[in-house]
Amino acid sequence: MTLRRQPLLMLAVAAAGVALPFVIPDYRAQIAMLWALVIMAQTWDITGGQTGYNSFGNILFFGVGMYASVVVQRDVGLDYFPGLVLGMVVGAGIAAALAVLLGSMILRMRGHYFAIATLGLGIAAGEIAGGWDYLGAGSGLSPPLFPAPPGTANLFFAYLFFGLAALVFVLLAALYRTRFGLALNAIRDNEDKAEAMGLHTGVYKVTAWTMAAFVLGLVGGAMGNMLGFVDPRDTAFAGATFGVWMVLMAILGGKGTLWGPVLGAVIFHITQELLWTHLLGWQRVALGVIIVGIVVFFPQGILGWARTRWPARHEPREQGSERA
Amino acid sequence: MSAQLAIQGATKHFGGITANEDISLEVPEGRVIGLIGPNGSGKSTLFNSIVGYHPVDGGSIRFEGREITRLRTAEIARLGLIRTFQQTHVFVRMTGLQNMAISDAEAGHGLFRLMRPVSAETRERAEALLAFCGLYGKRHLMAGELSFGQRKLLELAMALMVRPRMLLLDEPTAGINPTLINGVIERLQRANREFGVTLFVIEHNMRVIMSLAEHIHCLAHGRLLASGPPEALRNDQRVIDAYLGAR
Amino acid sequence: MAANVALLGEAPFLILQLLLDGLMIGAIFAVAAYGMALVWGVMNVINVVQGEFVMLGGFITYQLTLWGVSPLWGVPVAAIVLYFIGASLHHVVIRRVADRDMFISLLATFGLSILLQQLMNQIWGGDVRTAQSGLGTWFLLDYTVTVSQMKVAACGGAIAIGGVLILFLKRSRLGQAIRATAQNPRAARILGIDTNRVFAATYGINAALCGAAGALVVMAYSVHPYIGLPYTVRSFMIVIVAGLGNLPGVIVAGLGLGAAENFAGFILGVQYQVAFVFILLVVILVIRSSLLQRRRQFLK
Repeated sequence: MTLRRQPLLMLAVAAAGVALPFVIPDYRAQIAMLWALVIMAQTWDITGGQTGYNSFGNILFFGVGMYASVVVQRDVGLDYFPGLVLGMVVGAGIAAALAVLLGSMILRMRGHYFAIATLGLGIAAGEIAGGWDYLGAGSGLSPPLFPAPPGTANLFFAYLFFGLAALVFVLLAALYRTRFGLALNAIRDNEDKAEAMGLHTGVYKVTAWTMAAFVLGLVGGAMGNMLGFVDPRDTAFAGATFGVWMVLMAILGGKGTLWGPVLGAVIFHITQELLWTHLLGWQRVALGVIIVGIVVFFPQGILGWARTRWPARHEPREQGSERA
Repeated sequence: MSAQLAIQGATKHFGGITANEDISLEVPEGRVIGLIGPNGSGKSTLFNSIVGYHPVDGGSIRFEGREITRLRTAEIARLGLIRTFQQTHVFVRMTGLQNMAISDAEAGHGLFRLMRPVSAETRERAEALLAFCGLYGKRHLMAGELSFGQRKLLELAMALMVRPRMLLLDEPTAGINPTLINGVIERLQRANREFGVTLFVIEHNMRVIMSLAEHIHCLAHGRLLASGPPEALRNDQRVIDAYLGAR
Repeated sequence: MAANVALLGEAPFLILQLLLDGLMIGAIFAVAAYGMALVWGVMNVINVVQGEFVMLGGFITYQLTLWGVSPLWGVPVAAIVLYFIGASLHHVVIRRVADRDMFISLLATFGLSILLQQLMNQIWGGDVRTAQSGLGTWFLLDYTVTVSQMKVAACGGAIAIGGVLILFLKRSRLGQAIRATAQNPRAARILGIDTNRVFAATYGINAALCGAAGALVVMAYSVHPYIGLPYTVRSFMIVIVAGLGNLPGVIVAGLGLGAAENFAGFILGVQYQVAFVFILLVVILVIRSSLLQRRRQFLK
């Protein structure tokens, strides 16, 4: 998606990312969570929106990253920050390797079978972690304490997630301009035809999913440390929260667009935080209503809707080519 | 020098139904060869076997001296053997130019060669071929917004973008507005002459195939019924009977 | 794990025990799966909220016992309540997503599943609930094999419910309309069948079926707001393995799954039984896709 004012928008978001933790210091934890959600939505959209492979189980990679990071921090015996970095990288590596392995098996399935298979993977991972003593079984694990006063931890994670979100955004913006991005779109539009034109569709699909997995592994690794506890079903393989949110945020903003997942995550997170304070006990019920409502009444998302409402404001899609 | 495409005894069954039975034919390089036959005579099945959608049960298919019987679709496509379809298949939520850019086999389909923006050469070639197919003015439109005939032309342009050695065209004029048909014929002939692409064409429109092809093979009930130059086939009693439904 | 396998070899009565228990719960899986196949075949919707319907039927029955009503009443009451819930959900949600891309209906029913989970959690709390039926236990083969009378009753109930549904689909006018719509919705519409009402009824009947099954589950086993999804996945697997519209297949696959799960739970440890269900799902899908690769669709 190419908005004419895109550079301006990027600048505004970057300024917000840098300034927010100091403008509203009481909300640092929520700000960190916001950027983490932005990354989740962006990475979900690589396969979901751009390639047409809707995953319900990307939470698998998030959870693997979370567990791997905390285990590395527990067992390797490094100081906090080197341990965290090593843990995140190891987690991302394992997540990516899993994506290659599982992806080459299940990305051959079309459409909803892929979606259901990924759902199964995400839940199975949670169940396995919940029974595995090495991972603390049902009671989970605790990451090491952040070596500084409590407020600074949230500041650190707010900037960590913001930096990562910005990096992912820029990389994806570049990726979607390459012919690889076009190949993903071609698979989404007509996979058989893409094969008939000589594209290695299987390789591209696995690559796309692996990219998402790697980034989600990083996010998971940091998230475990930020939340302060790793629980098999509530934080790590949290299919009913993070797992479905990332799908929802991408759809809400507009699947298959660069800005859609970002926009969706911001709106979703703010709405959710508002609900949290006003609907004591009933927040999750309300979230269920929101999920159903968005899917039923607003499946094209904000940007999809805007594009049909004001087609003139959008230039012809010029992905992957310079303007003449 | 043997034929560019050589089919030897191709046989294909679907369950109990025989779709192709012992078909042998050749397509020499640089020519325009027709494939006709009544509905259900096995023409599309033969095309599908050639490009690897479903391997033949018996016989062999060789392309430029290389055995391709067991290769997969994308591998065959990369050899420069491309088929187009009766129904149009284009990437509907991508622009014409993007459809072309992803079809550029020369720019590479390997992962690393894909990881870069569309080059100026690709873009120039794409625009030239879109102009060739009369779609230059629509290059920024989503392919889904094009008419059926325009999509067929886009599909032809995409196939040419691959720099194919041979095109298998499955009814290139079916469903096209009659006034556009001459334009399609002319473009196919120019593609054959100017780009040196061998054409192997399934066609139901007798006027089209008679004016396009130099040599025609006729299938009936899954078997090769007759072969010959257009005039000979037009007067062949067996071909006439096959089309009229007599046995 | 190996020790558990060895134990099975030494104590054949354990095999009998696991097999019996597995087959009895398998009958309930088959009922839920039959409902899923019905909705899938008629409406082309994969109903992810299937398992929550089962749980809801169980909680309704549990609520009856709190009011001093016998849980046996739960079977008809849960079925009736769930019928109306299903029909209303169809009116508000399902009919708007049924004819769209299957991913949309998948996501919508997944959303409903989360919604119902949270509602049940809010109303009945996050504890495991059972409803006491007052039935005892039979001891067989010199006390080596125990058979809960309630499980036998639940298994029989499941078979009866399935039988009633099949008779209904074969004999009643609505049932015939449902089957006609499943075969060809457009033709059915031309023949004057109000397909939207048929869809609503189909969805409601499926919910009722699950509700009745849930009533049996809460009496013979237990319910919890968050364990609906495994029931959904079991139904899905059974339908995948048996194929749509293959009743004997559904029964065999349901019983087989029940037995397989029980053995897996014993061998791997009960804490991995749910993991087994979900991994089995992935394995079945992978096998299915590699079988399909050989005879896949091609472009026309």
